[in-house]
Amino acid sequence: MAEHAAEHALDDHGGGHDDHHDVSFFHKYLWSTDHKMIAKQYMFTGMGMAVIGAFMAYVFRMQLAFPGSEVPGFGAVSPGTYNALVTNHGTIMIFWVAMPVLIAGFGNLLIPLMVGADDMVFPRLNRLSYQIFLVSAVVIIYSLFVQGGGFGGAWTAYPPLSAKAEYNLTPQGASLWVIAVGLEFVAFLMGGINFITTAMNSRAPGMKAFDVPIVIWFLVIASILFMASVGPLIAGAVMLLFDQNLGTGFFDPNQGGDPVLWQHLFWFFGHPEVYVVLLPAMGITADVMCVFARKKMFAQKIVIYTAIATGVLSFFVWAHHQFISGIDPRMANVFTVTTVLISIPIAEMCFVYIATLYGGSIRLTTPMLWALAFVAEFLIGGVTGIFLGASGTDIYFHDTYFVLAHFHYTFFPIAIIGTLAGITYWFPKMFGRMMDETLGKIHFWGTIIPFNMTFIPLFFLGAAGQHRRIYDYSNFPELAVPWMQNLRILATVSLIVMLVFQVVFLFNFIKSALSGPKASKNPWQATTLEWTTATAEPGHGNWPPDAMPNCYRGPYEYANPGREDDFWPQDEPPADTEEQA
Amino acid sequence: MSAGKPIATLREATGIPTGKLAVWWLLASEIVIFGGVLASYLMFRVRHPEFGEFAAHTDPRIGALNTWVLLTSSLCAVLAHNAAEMGDGKKAAKLLWMTVGLGGCFLMIKSYEWSVEIGHGYTITANAFWSFYYTAAGIHASHVIAGMCVMAWVATYAARNAELQRVELVGIYWHFVDLVWIFLFPLLYIAK
Repeated sequence: MAEHAAEHALDDHGGGHDDHHDVSFFHKYLWSTDHKMIAKQYMFTGMGMAVIGAFMAYVFRMQLAFPGSEVPGFGAVSPGTYNALVTNHGTIMIFWVAMPVLIAGFGNLLIPLMVGADDMVFPRLNRLSYQIFLVSAVVIIYSLFVQGGGFGGAWTAYPPLSAKAEYNLTPQGASLWVIAVGLEFVAFLMGGINFITTAMNSRAPGMKAFDVPIVIWFLVIASILFMASVGPLIAGAVMLLFDQNLGTGFFDPNQGGDPVLWQHLFWFFGHPEVYVVLLPAMGITADVMCVFARKKMFAQKIVIYTAIATGVLSFFVWAHHQFISGIDPRMANVFTVTTVLISIPIAEMCFVYIATLYGGSIRLTTPMLWALAFVAEFLIGGVTGIFLGASGTDIYFHDTYFVLAHFHYTFFPIAIIGTLAGITYWFPKMFGRMMDETLGKIHFWGTIIPFNMTFIPLFFLGAAGQHRRIYDYSNFPELAVPWMQNLRILATVSLIVMLVFQVVFLFNFIKSALSGPKASKNPWQATTLEWTTATAEPGHGNWPPDAMPNCYRGPYEYANPGREDDFWPQDEPPADTEEQA
Repeated sequence: MSAGKPIATLREATGIPTGKLAVWWLLASEIVIFGGVLASYLMFRVRHPEFGEFAAHTDPRIGALNTWVLLTSSLCAVLAHNAAEMGDGKKAAKLLWMTVGLGGCFLMIKSYEWSVEIGHGYTITANAFWSFYYTAAGIHASHVIAGMCVMAWVATYAARNAELQRVELVGIYWHFVDLVWIFLFPLLYIAK
């Protein structure tokens, strides 16, 4: 409801440039085919789901810090509820926050604008994609309230636990979980086809492949990765649904099935999925860094080739999730090698980003802070991943909080830090207004410091042997020692502090969208095409049909010697003299 | 706004029409879905030699008949494309409807076949082979139904000589569905 109120208020203030004053509220905000509105729908839905996911984290962290006590705002947590909370926290944060905001939100917002098109190639398919996604979000939330409660078999849904109601005790919750995830995949497949086709075919006249900004490249590579990896899991989801509801035994050893098959199907998707969300975040970071370092992207072409190589390699690492699932140890060696290999292109990209910053005139705006934090924090996630990718150490670390902390050091930078870099950077394009820089910086430090204080203790807990998915450690004498409990309390308190600081962001976001200072057309002095629209917040169509932009040069022409301005927009026709120079 | 196509849809930076490009990407995503089913099936098949005995209870004659029906329907789709190229929307529509009819024929034969098998006790829960048999062919059949719906929709436009490029696009999809069956037929019915 709050989303709609916010959107409605925008109608009065921000929508002044829209040439469709006569369209109804319904057609403008809920039934729109405008890619920018669909992007906002995805982003607002994702933000709403993030609030739900964050609340779940608050509840189960309180249970871990103060076992058995009443959680303010929720009540006592039963073991079954605890399992449902951790399962759905993971599911929601990945499939209903990271995916819709990073891929669908930024993909919709940026692809047509940055390639100089007026919309997606299939606007109605785009609208349908969001609507299916919305249904999937409703289904996953509904699944928490059915008989037996929400599914509690972890976000990876390993059978036989997930396959048989007599094991998981959530007959409806488990099936609704599978249905919701399946619907969400269908929505993103539709979106992905649209993204790839738009970026390939609808580029502005003159825009060659390497004139396309990195963020668009990465969004498209991510969409292709998603498309190429999700199929087996869709098949697996159908098989799991049949196991749950028809009594087949694909994953049940008693009926001749194989539970490890699901693990293969899940992780064949699940690992490329990491790169599906990582690449857009890295793309956002690259664009933000170039703008605020006033420099060309270092080794732009090589970064794109690297991302493609990462994508290909990401299909050959999945079994590193299964080192202790009983797979052949010789296979474990192979997957150790591929997993360690994939850290090379990612490390290379981090170095390239640092090289882009080197010697630049760095402007420490809020988006730039987020972009810098992304690289810094993601590095911690990447380096700790080496321990988990090597089968020798993983046998010890598997299913401990070390994994959990590592995972959050990758996904938090991706889904939260990368997203916030993007939102704070493209906010003027979305709403035609500027965000408050002071509030933005307060929010930045109020997020980054407690984030590290939440998850660094978890590395130590995990290294000390603390298992994941345990409701209450008091029955494990060696894990219930005071120093470990104190670290749990520290992590919980830090999390609460971090969540409280998100109120600053929401306040800044809503206040700036409604009444922030009006943005100029190109407030960051950037070169890419989205900043060349006739007005700060373009209406449906982006540019007047008779004045669509042409593209004359690469996306990162900053500090070009021999030019007075330190930026050279992609659509500015070259003057003859300049061309000679 | 929703009336005319966006400028984006009319551009062809790659030289491939947008619709055709999208259909190929759609097929790419479908290939991995069926790839997942078939790879899982093959993994089981290799490890369970007894699958061969269960497969002996399928009826390859019905499977062969259905293969013939689907291949003929694909021929109609090709002829429809040819007619559309010539600009003869009416003929294209007629041929598309024949394709839809043959698709329906395929489904009817399939339901007869399944009722006989279920009657013999070979249900989806009988064992892992029959689970795969019904799941793989069922996912395929749902694609046949989807293809028939889209084809009927394209045919109503083609009859008015509108959107003739779609005849080829739906044809590409139909050939894909056909091709999946060409993989399913030997794997489920013949391989011992």
